[in-house]
Amino acid sequence: PCTARPSRVPAVVKNYFQLREFSFTLRDDVYLRFQSFSSPQELERELQKINPYKIDIGAVYSHRPNQHNTVHLGAFQPQEKELVFDIDMTDYDDVRTCCSSADICSKCWTLMTIAIRIIDRALVEDLGVRHRLWVYSGRRGVHCWVCDDAVRKWSPALRAAAVEYLSLVKGGADTVKKVTLSHPVHPFIRRSVDVVEKYFEEYALLGQDILGSPEKWDKVLALIPEDILPSRSCSKKDSVQRWELLRARVERSRPGGRAAAQGPCYADWEVMLQFCFPRLDINVSKGLGHLLKSPFSVHPKTGGWGVWGVWGSPAPTPAPVHSPNPPDYKKTSLAPYVKVFEQFVEGMECARRGEKIRQSDLQGDF
Amino acid sequence: MEFSSRERQKLWRLAGDRRDQYPHSLQFYLEPPTESISLVEFESFAVDRLKLLKVVENLGVSYVRGTDVYKTKLAGELRKLKFPYRALAEDDYEARRKDHISHFILRLAYCQSEDLRRWFLQQEMDLFRYRFNELTGGLMQKFLEHVNLSFEAIGEDLKNELANELSASTPGFSLPKVKEQMFYKVGLADAVDLFRARRVYIKDGFAYVPFKEIDVIVLNNYRTKLSKALALTARSLPSIQSDERLQPLLNHLSHSYVGPDYSVQKNTGKISLDQIDALSVKSFPLCMRQLHRALRDSHHLRHGGRMQYGLFLKGIGLTLEQALEFWKKEFIRGKVDADKFDKGYAYSIRHSYGKEGKRTDYTPYSCMKIIMSNPPSQGDYHGCPFRHSDPELLKQKLQSYKISPSGITQVLELVKGMHYQLACQKYFELTHDVDDIGFSLNHPNQYFTESQKLLSGGRELKKEFNNSGSFQQKNNSQESINSSSTPTSSNAKTDTELEELEAYFTED
Repeated sequence: PCTARPSRVPAVVKNYFQLREFSFTLRDDVYLRFQSFSSPQELERELQKINPYKIDIGAVYSHRPNQHNTVHLGAFQPQEKELVFDIDMTDYDDVRTCCSSADICSKCWTLMTIAIRIIDRALVEDLGVRHRLWVYSGRRGVHCWVCDDAVRKWSPALRAAAVEYLSLVKGGADTVKKVTLSHPVHPFIRRSVDVVEKYFEEYALLGQDILGSPEKWDKVLALIPEDILPSRSCSKKDSVQRWELLRARVERSRPGGRAAAQGPCYADWEVMLQFCFPRLDINVSKGLGHLLKSPFSVHPKTGGWGVWGVWGSPAPTPAPVHSPNPPDYKKTSLAPYVKVFEQFVEGMECARRGEKIRQSDLQGDF
Repeated sequence: MEFSSRERQKLWRLAGDRRDQYPHSLQFYLEPPTESISLVEFESFAVDRLKLLKVVENLGVSYVRGTDVYKTKLAGELRKLKFPYRALAEDDYEARRKDHISHFILRLAYCQSEDLRRWFLQQEMDLFRYRFNELTGGLMQKFLEHVNLSFEAIGEDLKNELANELSASTPGFSLPKVKEQMFYKVGLADAVDLFRARRVYIKDGFAYVPFKEIDVIVLNNYRTKLSKALALTARSLPSIQSDERLQPLLNHLSHSYVGPDYSVQKNTGKISLDQIDALSVKSFPLCMRQLHRALRDSHHLRHGGRMQYGLFLKGIGLTLEQALEFWKKEFIRGKVDADKFDKGYAYSIRHSYGKEGKRTDYTPYSCMKIIMSNPPSQGDYHGCPFRHSDPELLKQKLQSYKISPSGITQVLELVKGMHYQLACQKYFELTHDVDDIGFSLNHPNQYFTESQKLLSGGRELKKEFNNSGSFQQKNNSQESINSSSTPTSSNAKTDTELEELEAYFTED
């Protein structure tokens, strides 16, 4: 609940909206970049007029984006942008067996749940961030919008650093072992392992059955050091039991077990992380100018809505965009998601007002 | 007409004592020099600093930074070139002035392109790191205050509360050591490198940095400042370029180092598309050979791969029309139809040839860029195979390319020492059956050009007969510096100076 005095203190910076880039995708993949509007009403009118297939949101620029051609080259620069994360199921193709590329099912969707839990915890507790909006991208992944005032001003270098801090899985097609932990294990990693722990058995051992057959377990065993490998002729009959055996062997090596020179072995955690840890696309997060599909925009390829973390329910019937009576959306299956969004915006408004009032009180300016 | 150094000093004494201009042996180079200097001095300062930075680069490739050998060698070079090298020396005004002025001259020469800026930044950072770490604790503290980088130390209570976390987050800090050291609370933006690498504890948007890592913060701060300054300098460059005395010199300084950027093709259109398969085996460096293979196999490459490989092909002489044909032919064999190709991919190819958007004619990526930026992730084939492949897979790949077992061992040894470019050089030597290529490799297109020269017999290479198969750390560029760096007299004629510089760079 908002405790700040409701007042005439404006919650947004003047002109902020006018400097924001929108981009529309029309029929036949026609892109319109650098659209901007003087008011939300104008945006609404334009949307009704051209009815785009897809809406993307870009940065807040130094000049109005629709006039970018009129200013001196180089003067037109992005100034602020939400910190965004894009987690895409295609990036997990080497570790999921149920689907590949753009396909998703309820089995592998657990990966997205894990990703959100891990990243969201770190955003709040480690990076000290408050305002995060998580949205289903509409096709094969999730987006996160971090909207804190200070974060919107972050430099590309700092954004890239945050993504690297939040990344553990490294390497492309030519890397077998993509997670390597060394002693001491950073608290961020430990806490991420704790999150994975909650889902690992259900998702990886039962769902994906990663130790179910020789072809499958070879992929896991390739990540375990030779001296820890159990003999292949073991009597364990399913993934869960095999994992227990493996884990017990690794754990035995941990506190002072193996030769000190080799250091403790974290192979079990490495496997868990390689199979479950979120894979972020750094390029989406790094650049200020990068566009990301707007929440609530229908994905043109699936007809799916980008709304808060649900997947599996049928796409809601779109309400007519230009309905004379705005609250009509409340009658559609979209209503609960709009509510989540409204609460998010309210939280931000409230925080901004609180901050403004605090500042003006400090200055003794009534 | 020149003043001798003593006369010059006398003149400055008359103008007032300017020693407090440089209160420390190192600086952030925030203020450009304002005095007038002679062209000859301008040039000799610039050449000396370039030599110094080149040494910094070579040492960084050959030795682990911060080791005793590294430090001794760098100190020796600083002394020889008359730059400040003793942190405590108070009476080195001349050296500090030279340091200051020469840094700013090279800024002018090295702000002109992204590759140049990257190189300059890297070497200046290494130099600064060495110098900063040579300071005594007291001087370090003074310097930090001087550049406004003092941070708030956390109290004992908080430190005890966080002790376990601090110890687990900070490599090399056991619990007792955490108790001993001071920790500082630093904003993420100031501690960006430590944050990125997860080398400190991060909580609520702050990094908890031990005193011993403060140098990383200082370096990070220095890099941000220098990087911004270089961008600003680049913007104001046109006014300097109109000065006909400086312009040729500055161009020479920058070009003589990094070598050509392979953006201008002498051989445009001399390669036909059906030659590429054969060339990829004979004359492509491993990174491009790998990309070519991946493209032929999967009929697709992701963005990073298209950029790295596409610009390389442009560099070896593919015209825009050829490039469009080449990529289209391959892509439509995969999942992309002709229509989608024309709409999506064709644009970015024209873009990279400077025909779309902001019309920048993009230059092919250098090794440095490939190794340092945008590492490949799932589904990518770009990057440097020596840097980004698992050693085991690299080994298999080399075996399949019929490299001898002893050759593979040598390559892997270099990879292990993080000498990726030297490893690639070794690969060149092995695949071309030469003992010493006689140049230092820093660009995939250079690899291609040299390979073509060699295969067409355009270049003679000495084949050593007493090759016993033993491998020695390559350090010939280093030697060439020592042998060619005769002290430059300030009366030297511009021409000889430039010639010397030329000789100096073509040697390695």
